Amino acid sequence: MLRILPYGPKAFLVEVESDAEVLSLLAEVAIRCNVGWLKDVVNIVPGERTVLFDGVGNLDTAKSDLMTWKLRAGRLSQEVTVELECRYDGPDIGRVAELWNMTEQEVINYHSSLSHQVIFCGFSPGFAYIRGLDEDHLVPRRASPRPSVDAGSVGLAHLYTGVYPHPSPGGWQLIGRCETRIWDETQTPPALLTPGTKVKFVPI
Amino acid sequence: MLGRQNYCVVVRPGTLTTFQDSGRPGMAHLGVPRSGALDVVNFRLANRLVGNETANAVLETTYDGVALYFSSSALVAVTGALADVRVNGRIAEWAMPLYVPRGGTLDVGTAKAGLRCYVAVAGGFQVQPVLGSRSRDVLSGLGPEPLTEGQIVEIGPNSTRRPVVDFAPYLPIYSSTLISVHPGPRRNWLSKRGEQDLFSQSFQVLPQSNRIGLRLGGQRIEGLFDEELASEAVAWGAVELLPSGEIVVFLADHPTTGGYPVVGVIDETSAGLCAQLRSGETVTFTRSRLWRGTID
Repeated sequence: MLRILPYGPKAFLVEVESDAEVLSLLAEVAIRCNVGWLKDVVNIVPGERTVLFDGVGNLDTAKSDLMTWKLRAGRLSQEVTVELECRYDGPDIGRVAELWNMTEQEVINYHSSLSHQVIFCGFSPGFAYIRGLDEDHLVPRRASPRPSVDAGSVGLAHLYTGVYPHPSPGGWQLIGRCETRIWDETQTPPALLTPGTKVKFVPI
Repeated sequence: MLGRQNYCVVVRPGTLTTFQDSGRPGMAHLGVPRSGALDVVNFRLANRLVGNETANAVLETTYDGVALYFSSSALVAVTGALADVRVNGRIAEWAMPLYVPRGGTLDVGTAKAGLRCYVAVAGGFQVQPVLGSRSRDVLSGLGPEPLTEGQIVEIGPNSTRRPVVDFAPYLPIYSSTLISVHPGPRRNWLSKRGEQDLFSQSFQVLPQSNRIGLRLGGQRIEGLFDEELASEAVAWGAVELLPSGEIVVFLADHPTTGGYPVVGVIDETSAGLCAQLRSGETVTFTRSRLWRGTID
């Protein structure tokens, strides 16, 4: 079910039931935008359960169009799988193993066996919230964030995996690191992990 | 090489002077903030006064202005906060096209009203763009660094366009501002009492305010924080309610997503007015027609 929420004179927020529906909605939007729907929109920004449409010229038309849509488990047109080689030697992997009642090797096996998918980006340019963990493997954030985390660090928080694109402070539980550059200002798009991108973590 | 080009030298950089243009729209889904000049009206006016395309980069100063030496004659304009503008020490006009002779110095003084001046030069400041924009984004660190003393900045070739105006009306700058608020997606996180709190007091601009947002102090606003909000997109002008009962109004360098409820939204012109408020000055919110027109 779509719920449309107001967001000022030029935008609106669409709320759905799940992150899977966020991706279905983005897929539907991509198909329709390809054939000229919502030509003037500036930003289409997913969140965990929502998609923001910002810079919309005719709010009423856009909203009434949306209400007629039926969401299908769709594929994003640019949907690709990115393989990220990961060295699972993060400082918090022991803590995560304890939390899940596993050995560190089992953590590695579990995390690298999952099919992950980027739901949305935020926190910093190119930082993707990658969904893969199942509901039984929730991970709390660290009680106090680290003042600095290296670029490439792989962390867990809530149901998400994240790869830090830049050195920054960070509160996620670090389980490993990737060599692959996931942010490059000279590329289009500059982010490797965009909403809808499928991700496999390959242990090395 | 520089000898053949037009350039300026930063004589006095000011507290925080950044290059700004219209920012990086369309990349919020990658976590890239919009950024760009905070006071859009005065940014556009400055470019228009010198005959630039509106997308050219200008300087955005913070409170104490900037001073620049020009290697060759230049056409400049200063808009935004009200400040004494001097060319070679002589008082010059504000919000008008100004001619700075070769080897001349433009000095923009401390703001007398408002906070941020916009300094445009015909041809634009030619610093290296990042992701298609010369804007400095203070949240993510994208774009050219803030100005430093002695820095040399190249100026683009004068376009063949001549300025079409030599005087322009501008929005007055007040030390207290009345802002109309539209309903936000999480308006229902305000209790009845909280809505009253929002619209019945003057908020004080706190010193932590910056290009990311305006932090406001006042009486605590009652919210209904019964559950945790799933992270969702944030837009320029979002009025966010914190669990502490404080209010943040997001400006151009806002984070692209957030976990606190956006209870209201203000428009671009209002956000520009907010960007001109100094710490200690006040803002009062009023319900927009849209807010009043909705029945709950």
